[in-house]
Amino acid sequence: MATTSITLDETPARALLLARADDALVLGHRLSEWTGRAPLLEEELALANIALDLIGQARALYQATELDEDALAYRRDAHQFRNALIVELPNGDFAVTIARLFLVSVASDLYWRAAVADPLLGPIAAKAEKETAYHVRHAAEWLVRLGDGTAESHRRAQDALDLLWPYTGELFEPVRSGPDPAALRPDWEEAVSAMIARATLRRPADGWMQSGGRAGRHTEHLGRMLAEMQVLPRTYPDARW
Amino acid sequence: MTASPAPEAPIPLWEVFLRARNGLAHKHVGSVHAVDATLALQAARDVYTRRGEGLSIWVVPSAAIVASDPADKETLFEPTGSKIYRHPTFYEVPDDVGHM
Repeated sequence: MATTSITLDETPARALLLARADDALVLGHRLSEWTGRAPLLEEELALANIALDLIGQARALYQATELDEDALAYRRDAHQFRNALIVELPNGDFAVTIARLFLVSVASDLYWRAAVADPLLGPIAAKAEKETAYHVRHAAEWLVRLGDGTAESHRRAQDALDLLWPYTGELFEPVRSGPDPAALRPDWEEAVSAMIARATLRRPADGWMQSGGRAGRHTEHLGRMLAEMQVLPRTYPDARW
Repeated sequence: MTASPAPEAPIPLWEVFLRARNGLAHKHVGSVHAVDATLALQAARDVYTRRGEGLSIWVVPSAAIVASDPADKETLFEPTGSKIYRHPTFYEVPDDVGHM
């Protein structure tokens, strides 16, 4: 049967780039799903801006693999994606979107700061770090207002943290090259705990952690997301715009 | 039947001023909705500085602006119409002064 999927030779350097790129692309796509549905115009633009930052980061990382960036985004199947599971989960309500953006952005911000000195990631990290620092700020301010807001916003923010917490462990799994994510965990823990406390929320207990995204074992949600994201280039492989 | 939630308070409006370059004044560019000053600054950044328009942002609660009444237009502004001597072009510059 004919396929529009690509196969790729995954060197250690490419594995490193793809993990970071896929995190950015998938989260960027999820955020773009708010366009036209955000709770207010100002927030719609804020989420779209963040999505564009992330897709820009993904592009730079894909280009660094020296493979075709469009093929990487549009012609890989779910099992070829190397993103952490937390970024592919559906947006849920606004609290889930914000809590996820917060938890992931704090980790990304620490990662990019550590990666500035990395020979492969350095130039990308220097630009990404400034963008991600703003993502942290935006998500953190909202988390505080949701947590310390009404009874309903508090409940939804707490539910969001409880839902997402088992997916945070994967963000710090050791990798073969680049900065060691595990070394970033104490700083992440400190920053996240402080903001959760400021938001009058409860830090969920650490328990069993979800895993598998970096090895291509994804939730059912990624396949559906890719089906929508990839349908046009897969249906019309030579389409131009 | 469940009780319907209390109506939400309207989100306050903020006027946004941007300074494009050093040495220029902040200029009014529009308004944003936000629940407080911090989020108003973020919203202004996200809505009005997407294309490198600014180096500095001010946000001011729209309610804090005291505006003139449009009905007062004639009283407030018409009397200046006849005061042409308030414009520098009213005066002839003596030849000895040269270019000003």
